[in-house]
Amino acid sequence: MAAKTIYLDHNATTPVAPEAAEAMTPYMGERFGNPSSGYPLGREAHEAVEHARTEVALIIGADPSEIVFTSGGTESNNFVLKGIVDLKDPGANHIITCAVEHPAILNPALYLMELGVKVSIVGVDHYGRVDPQDIEKEIRPETRLISIMLANNETGTLQPIEEISRVGQDHGIPVHTDAAQAVGKIPVDVKALGVDFLTVAGHKLYGPKGVGALFIRRGLSLTPLIHGAGQERGLRAGTENVILSIGLGAACSLAARRISEDVEAARKMRGRLEELLFEGVEGLVLNGHPTERLPNTLNVSVPGLEGAKVLEGIPEIMASTGAACHDRTVKLSHVLSAMGVSEEVGMGALRFSVGRTNTMEQVERAARLIIQQIRGLRDGR
Amino acid sequence: MEREVYLDNAAATPVRKEVLEAMLPYFDKYYANPSTMYKPGLEVKKVLDEQRAKVADLIGASPEEIVFTSSGAEANNLAVKGIPFAHRKKGNHIIISAIEHHSVLNSARFFERLDYEVTFLQVDEFGFVNPRRVEELIRQETVLVSIMHANNEIGTIQPIQEIAEVCKSKGVFFHTDAVATVGNIPVDVNELGVDLLSISGIPLGAPKGTGALYFRKGTRIMPLIHGGIQESGRRAGTENVPGIVGLGKAAELAKQDVEEWSNKVKALRDRLIYGVLERIERTRITGHPEKRLPAHASFCVEAIEGEALIYMLSSQGIYANTGSACASKALKTSPVLVAIGVPPDIAQGSVVFTLGRSNSMEDVDYVLEKLPHVVERLRAMSPLWKQEAA
Repeated sequence: MAAKTIYLDHNATTPVAPEAAEAMTPYMGERFGNPSSGYPLGREAHEAVEHARTEVALIIGADPSEIVFTSGGTESNNFVLKGIVDLKDPGANHIITCAVEHPAILNPALYLMELGVKVSIVGVDHYGRVDPQDIEKEIRPETRLISIMLANNETGTLQPIEEISRVGQDHGIPVHTDAAQAVGKIPVDVKALGVDFLTVAGHKLYGPKGVGALFIRRGLSLTPLIHGAGQERGLRAGTENVILSIGLGAACSLAARRISEDVEAARKMRGRLEELLFEGVEGLVLNGHPTERLPNTLNVSVPGLEGAKVLEGIPEIMASTGAACHDRTVKLSHVLSAMGVSEEVGMGALRFSVGRTNTMEQVERAARLIIQQIRGLRDGR
Repeated sequence: MEREVYLDNAAATPVRKEVLEAMLPYFDKYYANPSTMYKPGLEVKKVLDEQRAKVADLIGASPEEIVFTSSGAEANNLAVKGIPFAHRKKGNHIIISAIEHHSVLNSARFFERLDYEVTFLQVDEFGFVNPRRVEELIRQETVLVSIMHANNEIGTIQPIQEIAEVCKSKGVFFHTDAVATVGNIPVDVNELGVDLLSISGIPLGAPKGTGALYFRKGTRIMPLIHGGIQESGRRAGTENVPGIVGLGKAAELAKQDVEEWSNKVKALRDRLIYGVLERIERTRITGHPEKRLPAHASFCVEAIEGEALIYMLSSQGIYANTGSACASKALKTSPVLVAIGVPPDIAQGSVVFTLGRSNSMEDVDYVLEKLPHVVERLRAMSPLWKQEAA
């Protein structure tokens, strides 16, 4: 991307880390074997994929045997929701999720509803937080799964997953968390969280697009989403995406090594951006939780101004107005709507997510440009 | 080792040089998410659309008829599950052949649990499906027929046009798994007359983890992966941009050279097939001798174990397979060989060579030189062989 540009959209995607690119390179060339083949070229690919599996396991405190590679966070989410219900008798299945989930949870849930599965969608408070008690109230004898995201992609709000896991455990119901936005941004440990399933997305943590993983706690199983031969212990068919799995492994390994410095840098830059914007823009509203939030995410609204209009005037800044995956329609984001944000405030939402490509200088420059643009629009210029 | 000869191109291929070059900038330089509204995102989106046009062009389709997937297996799952789920009112009967790839076979089996009936169509000694038999088996409730274009274990190419005509006349969706053909022979969806067709990046020299499904305009299908509105809502998930760029480039290259390559490699294949049959007694070719993939040579060698043969060949620098790579961990005796009537003891001696763009006549001659010795040594150790010789 051009040198003058400031990329403040790390929640949408990230560039592949040089370390991850380097790890993948040999497997794009001479090490092209199929991990299922028995000769050395195949075994080498197999070993590399298993090494990557260990790297993914380590960043979330899991065992390598609990990791299944997928084509991305969306597939991981689909796999859990569709794989846990018994479609032979859809009506005897119930799942609980919440209103601010990513479309990769809400749309599979909607599809299951069409097939007859019962789905409870619990609400959130003004910060976007779920109350674990609200989840407990929805539990029924036929409840198969509780699925609540770890961190929201639009607001960065963190959910009380540990408490939700306890609710699940009390009732013997498995808990899934979509951690696509959290892994690499904050320390994540499946044991501390107490979850049974956890979604990882490669391209949100400086790994490649097109790869992800699902943590499946040992002893639990799912009906495959992609049926076929016995790859991934029979849980996910298709010739392994050797290159991208290795890229994901290397990205996880790097993220695990530098998590404290990444968190610290993000916190400082996001904090500075937040400070400058609130100083410079009168009436600015924070969307999301003030403290229980990803350290890199800032979602603010300029009441009365359309977010898209603000960004249009500053092409050097790349940021979002809603979530990237469903950006092409102009309507109030379902996340803000569920938080009870009014139309007037919600349409002015801007999401900035800082990351490794940023410097403090960039963040300060971005703040100046944003403030200037907002003042200009307000003055009717 | 005197030489290394890789003859397992059905399992994996090296990424073509031009393909790799095309992909690389999309890992770091052009990293924007194609769903975003700013310039770099819109540019990546445009690049994805260009790739869709290239893949469409390779098989004579329109760009909007192509959905990118994470593999051929996913494309097969999308077709074989997506059609019955989207057309539940039409019926609950699915017809597939007995020699389909696991991704089709197990997708169909998934429906058996949901009270669908699945008919597994038998094949003849060459592995051919009889179109007349398909016609007889189609009934009111039949919602999908799925027959592979060519089989990866025995190389036989099916009479897809005739089967497609039957399905069309009966008003039943017809899917073909063309993972083994696209990239190996020219394929045109309109000539074939299919409604859905699966592609994998592997035979094209694109990276693993890429694939696509063609489905004819107007065909309603239930997504396999729900979520965001990528791929026009037909396949959710942030796009594997470098992979798709690789697949597009590989399709563009194949459009230019697949016919020429396919004719050229046939000569190597035939030299290998007839050379093996000539040099090793009591060896049979599996699949049809002519109506087969141009780069595919498969045999059953009596009185030996295919696994042992592969192992011994590997020590000579020759890399081959006993069947399909995917099946090698899943199963012992190949159901494909059983389906074409090979006796189980002879099916044990299965060996499959699949040629690639890097192979030369010298490679074939090296195999023809080494293989008879390896077989001889294995047979010398085989109680079966000794018994019969005695």
